[in-house]
Amino acid sequence: MPADLDTKHGGRRLSLGPLCQIPVGEGRGFEAGNERIAVFRPRCGGVYATQAHCPHRGGPLADGLLGGTTLVCPLHAWRFDLASGEVLTGGGRITTYRVVLTADGDMVIDLGIGSP
Amino acid sequence: MSGKRRLVVVGNGMAGARAVEEILTRGGGEQFAIAMFGDEPYGNYNRILLSHVLTGEQDPDEIVLNPIEWYAENGIMLHSGVRIVEIDRPGKAVFCDNALWLHYDQLVIATGSRPFMPPLEGLVGRDGRYKPGIFVFRTLDDCRHIAAAAQSSGRAAVIGGGLLGLEAARGVLGYSCEVHVIELGPYLMTQQLDAPAGAILKSTMEAMGVHVQLGKKSTAVLGEGRVEGLAFADGGTLPCDMVVIAAGIVPNRELGVRSGLTVERAIVVDDHMRSVDDPDIYVVGECAQHRGRVYGLVAPLWEQARVLADHITGRDTGAAYHGSKLGTKLKVMGVELASMGTVEAEASDEVVQFSEPRRGVYKKLIVREGRLTGAILLGDMSKAAFLTQAFERDLPLPEARRELLFDIAAPSGPSTFQDMADALQICNCNGVAKGDIGRSVRAGARTARAVMEATRAGLGCGSCKGMVGELVAWFCEGQVEEDPSVHYYVPGIPMPTPELVRSIRERSLRSVSRVFEVLTGGVEDATSKPGLASLLRTIWGRDYEDERDARFINERVHANIQKDGTFSVIPQIPGGVTTPAQLKRIAEVAERYRVPLVKITGGQRIDLLGVEKDNLPGLWTELGMPSGHAYGKSYRTCKSCVGTDFCRFGLGDSTRLAIQIEERFQGLESPGKMKLATAGCPRNCSEAMVKDLGAVAVEGGRWEIYVGGAAGAHVRKGDVLCVAESHDEVIRMMGRFIQYYRENARYLERSYSFVERIGIERLRAVLVEDREGIAAGLEQALEASISDYRDPWLEAGRPVTANQFATLLPKGASGEAARAR
Repeated sequence: MPADLDTKHGGRRLSLGPLCQIPVGEGRGFEAGNERIAVFRPRCGGVYATQAHCPHRGGPLADGLLGGTTLVCPLHAWRFDLASGEVLTGGGRITTYRVVLTADGDMVIDLGIGSP
Repeated sequence: MSGKRRLVVVGNGMAGARAVEEILTRGGGEQFAIAMFGDEPYGNYNRILLSHVLTGEQDPDEIVLNPIEWYAENGIMLHSGVRIVEIDRPGKAVFCDNALWLHYDQLVIATGSRPFMPPLEGLVGRDGRYKPGIFVFRTLDDCRHIAAAAQSSGRAAVIGGGLLGLEAARGVLGYSCEVHVIELGPYLMTQQLDAPAGAILKSTMEAMGVHVQLGKKSTAVLGEGRVEGLAFADGGTLPCDMVVIAAGIVPNRELGVRSGLTVERAIVVDDHMRSVDDPDIYVVGECAQHRGRVYGLVAPLWEQARVLADHITGRDTGAAYHGSKLGTKLKVMGVELASMGTVEAEASDEVVQFSEPRRGVYKKLIVREGRLTGAILLGDMSKAAFLTQAFERDLPLPEARRELLFDIAAPSGPSTFQDMADALQICNCNGVAKGDIGRSVRAGARTARAVMEATRAGLGCGSCKGMVGELVAWFCEGQVEEDPSVHYYVPGIPMPTPELVRSIRERSLRSVSRVFEVLTGGVEDATSKPGLASLLRTIWGRDYEDERDARFINERVHANIQKDGTFSVIPQIPGGVTTPAQLKRIAEVAERYRVPLVKITGGQRIDLLGVEKDNLPGLWTELGMPSGHAYGKSYRTCKSCVGTDFCRFGLGDSTRLAIQIEERFQGLESPGKMKLATAGCPRNCSEAMVKDLGAVAVEGGRWEIYVGGAAGAHVRKGDVLCVAESHDEVIRMMGRFIQYYRENARYLERSYSFVERIGIERLRAVLVEDREGIAAGLEQALEASISDYRDPWLEAGRPVTANQFATLLPKGASGEAARAR
């Protein structure tokens, strides 16, 4: 279970462990607190986190394809922008979370300021 | 003129002149110095209207399309009345009957056709010419001659009860000459009508004064110096003083034969309308045979001329002719009729019919899978426009079929799309209606692709894509923009497959990320990645730098993702042959892993469905069977019937062949999935004729190889590539096709589209006859891929990426990952 690092600002910051758990260009599913999230490591750099399931039919977003910061759901190819959460194939948004890296290369996710 | 390419056009009829017009509108006047040759001493005229000249409704001047001045105005050198007798292909020159010869850089053959002359005794007089009183009906001069003769004749016979014959009959009737139409077949206009419609037309014709004699074979022309009558096979005779022969046409293909071009019924062309033998010789019109068909109507000819012009001017080197749907609307002796597609229904077709012989009205529609595949309308044209559109565009039809025959309520508009309700569902996979497409266009989308992206229409099984394109064009009202990416290998890189392959080879691009770096400046396109990964693997084999993020999830975990995020596991069972021991093992593993659904697949294998990603490696290991590759864009499986061991009809050992095929091609990645089958006899129990590749045993120990079949959302019977003499030859020829497909198809382009796009004639030329000398190279490249094959399920013990098979991290965080149901 990831350690609860910080609860100030009303947010919850949880460690997801080392970045190397995710291969470059792919995503993986994580459990953080009681939340399911998908964390991505696109080739263009950065680490992004979103809700785990596609708003369309619940597809596992972590299994999607990445092109830049565009994510494509593996089930019916809905597309999303990882940075903004925007649904590129229709409109609306998915929940995104901020992820930062510690000096040791661990990912820390901030569940508190997830966008709706 | 220097610097211009020399274009010689043989034939100045409707096809030749139209092709030149199309070339000129594409700026061809700047590129080419054009010379045209025509038999007839005129400009170019509309042959379709000849019957009007015959009846006197129109003057010859009125049907001229391009007068003599037009040629000079456009800088075209017209040699009229001159005939080309030979083409010197190596020397690139044409020779004329007046001893002139001319060099060309590119040549267009548009020699059209001539009347078919049935073998009649006494047709030719002692002087070796047709007897006075014998006429054909093809040119302006023919019209003049017929008209002149009819004025002084008492009775005329017209041989041929087709469209041309009836038009000739009508022309002659106008000169107060008795007319008899002599038809060999059982009814009139057998090309366009069925028997009941033919019967109605006959009585209408007879009411107008035309005598119609059916099932009558003419055998001889009577009379010594000139025509005095006709004799028939049944022993009867018909006294008459003129005979018009309108018994069909024959393509003028002799020039092609003499010049060593491939000629069947006509000169065989590829999809760019070029001779399959010579890239500098184009062929258009009635003398061209495209995908086994020769067209004698004008609409296909216009389409061909456009493709030819796009291609020869370089305006669109990807321009391709895909064949035309045949439909005609015409007026025969004041009787209107329309005919399209199939005339006779097949057993499984739906036939909608109405007949009112007293008024000369007849309507028959043939509906196949909800689409119009054939129609005959006689005497009432009120629904013709609607039906023509529905036929040409393959539109879905109203459920109440009577609406196809009559205007039930309000008078119908001219357009089907107009009539179509906004709520009508166009894309049945993603539930997109006509109205949604309209809204998308109004929101600014101008290409089919943009609309598809925005609405999801056509992005399911893809079978409605054509219709979506048509609707977008209709909503755009001419403002539609062509989406160039339809010609690319993948949408994200603006290159057709051969060009992309060249680029990748020249610059030694060995990984997907490197391709983007070099070719798009680093801009990654997610949906293009799997296609590039497949192509790079095909090109580089073991030197390919595999980046797993470029793969679709199925190919990362070697299983097929399901709607709930679990996976399906299908082990290899070559030829569908298993053993009791194997079945027991599968059963035990399925129980141990509590597999929710065990199902026999259509490919004669066993599918274990609902497996968690985390359980894949364990399950594979315990099965101890290799991957069946039921998840990738690759060779899938080869289905087979029982074959010779037990079947009492079997002609070939289909099971052994299927196993050999699977052992050879297992796991090969390809632009689209490849489903194969072998059938031990032409009963085709394993459906080999509708597979991407199929082998069907025929008597004599041989195998017919079918390519480009489909029986999914799209249904198509494959084309026979060749007949192979042995299992080894089947495998060799299939291998050539597979490698050619791997190197030339667009990503996700299934074999049925690929075969139609390239054309079976060309595939035979390249793959069977090795006209381009690439067969050995294809075999070698394929061999390299095959020798690199490794069962991907061996990754069970050696994952390639971090947490390759983990559903949820950290591992064991909750019980969920190892969820057993």
